[in-house]
Amino acid sequence: MNAWSRFRHNRLAVLGLALVAVLALSAALAPWLAPYDPTRQSLVEKRTPPGAKYLLGADEFGRDILSRVIYGSRVALLVGVLSVVIAVVGGLLLGTTAGFVGGWLDALMMRAVEILLAFPYLLLALAIVAALGPGVLNTTIAVGIWGVPAVTRIVRGSVLTLRETEYVGAARALGAPAAALLRRHILPNVLPGLIVYATLFMANAILLEAALSFLGLGVQPPIASWGLMVSTGRDVLLVAPHVATVPGVAIMVAVLAFNLVGDGLRDALDPRLRGSV
Amino acid sequence: MLTFVVRRLLLAVPVLLGVVFVVMLTIDLLPGDAVTLMLGEHATKDAVAKLRDHLGLDKPFLVRYLDYVGRVFLHGDLGRSIQQNRPVAAELADAWPATVQLTAAALVLAAVLGIAAGVASAVWPNSLFDAFARLGSLFGLSMPIFWTGLVLIVIFSLWLHWLPVGGAGSLAHLVLPAVTLALPSVAMIARMTRSAVLDVLYQDYVRTARAKGVGELLVLGRHALRNAFIPILTLLGLQSGQLMGGAVLTETVFAWPGLGRLMVKAIFARDYILLQGAVLVFALAFVVINLLVDLSYGLLDPRVGRQG
Repeated sequence: MNAWSRFRHNRLAVLGLALVAVLALSAALAPWLAPYDPTRQSLVEKRTPPGAKYLLGADEFGRDILSRVIYGSRVALLVGVLSVVIAVVGGLLLGTTAGFVGGWLDALMMRAVEILLAFPYLLLALAIVAALGPGVLNTTIAVGIWGVPAVTRIVRGSVLTLRETEYVGAARALGAPAAALLRRHILPNVLPGLIVYATLFMANAILLEAALSFLGLGVQPPIASWGLMVSTGRDVLLVAPHVATVPGVAIMVAVLAFNLVGDGLRDALDPRLRGSV
Repeated sequence: MLTFVVRRLLLAVPVLLGVVFVVMLTIDLLPGDAVTLMLGEHATKDAVAKLRDHLGLDKPFLVRYLDYVGRVFLHGDLGRSIQQNRPVAAELADAWPATVQLTAAALVLAAVLGIAAGVASAVWPNSLFDAFARLGSLFGLSMPIFWTGLVLIVIFSLWLHWLPVGGAGSLAHLVLPAVTLALPSVAMIARMTRSAVLDVLYQDYVRTARAKGVGELLVLGRHALRNAFIPILTLLGLQSGQLMGGAVLTETVFAWPGLGRLMVKAIFARDYILLQGAVLVFALAFVVINLLVDLSYGLLDPRVGRQG
């Protein structure tokens, strides 16, 4: 069986893929799907519980929560995708450098990677965001840096094995530039592992963005970010619990979707790992 | 064994130095004048000059870094917090016990629930319980911890009136924060335990034990669990790091007076001295816990000690 048919027969993975498609559609079609303008305030209707007019209720400023959840998918996916790009590009550069140069540079880089992989990242992300200041871009940078060490390690491992193969040795001997080696030989080899990692990282990136925004250090108002919405709802939790709890469901569904797809991809692309963590 | 401990301790030093370096460098890259940011636009010239001098901001970054590291490692001096003008060490000491209490409770909870669920899943694979546990752990890994906390508050404080909304002081105050913080780790540990135990259950020595007529409980306890424990323990050490990160969120949600909340406060107050100290303490705790984990391998598996 090829990878796709293995993936297709995994019901949870297909469910995850469907959820990802829903997320992508809601992000792309937000202006047409959202019943109201996500920033439109109606103070007389503040904290309206879910009902006919506002399907998921209204928040502290009388803004429609459903519309804000729909628009929030844009922030979540944008930060997620861009931080994956940062992680993959950074990791590719560092990983190939470490793998090809070797020696003390490699040893030093791998030591740093180990430290970063083990350290509770939220603490470092807090320090980074504290220094850079809040906002969508800085949040993306802080989240993206998190993924760099793991990608570096994946790429470096692949470079080390490939460096010894005859065809890569021949290509080098013929004077192939590093970029060509990377594109023709290294990339195709690491791609399956990278795709799996990137998908699972996407889930964690959405969680981290939400966490930073919840703390008030990530995406700033009035942009509709799910984590930020939970945070505003927290102030009225005891009088209007729906304001904080509803956007959280969106976070959970998005994270779950990417986790399911990532798990499914891993099982499909590398059957040996089937069933393991 | 002693050389093993010493070597591990020496390896911990670059970790701590690295963490301080990264945090100080990030703060140093801050655009604009850090002191004006800290004191606000209306600070007097005198106050600005005093703080600049106190922070040693006229000196180059590396000198300041070595200064700080030297003072911390030689004198245990973490500087004075900008906001409260108290020794950072004293502020950290005030907040520290609450965080230890919270993370320890969560770690115990996560270990007990996670290992129990994982073992049950492995012993009855593909049973109804297994399906339920695996689905549950997928959700556990996907729920944002701050949201779980709020949902638990709504259920157990607002609707059922069983537990307090937040704050600290009694065992009842600890329940919700500890459960909240533990949940993602329960999921992670359950998954890991399941696959570790399943792996071991297919080993030859387990089959031999069964063939000898050893009872299933003994097989599980003496042969399977003991060997499955090493990967589980490694994960527990790593999870303690996750718990510290999660503590920042949990403490914010439940107004728990610990290090995590202190850290968030320090960031909002732009109190970078305090922030540096808090991160350092977290890093130190993380290093010590993982050292303990490494040492306990020797107790569980005699082969490890001999190699070390």
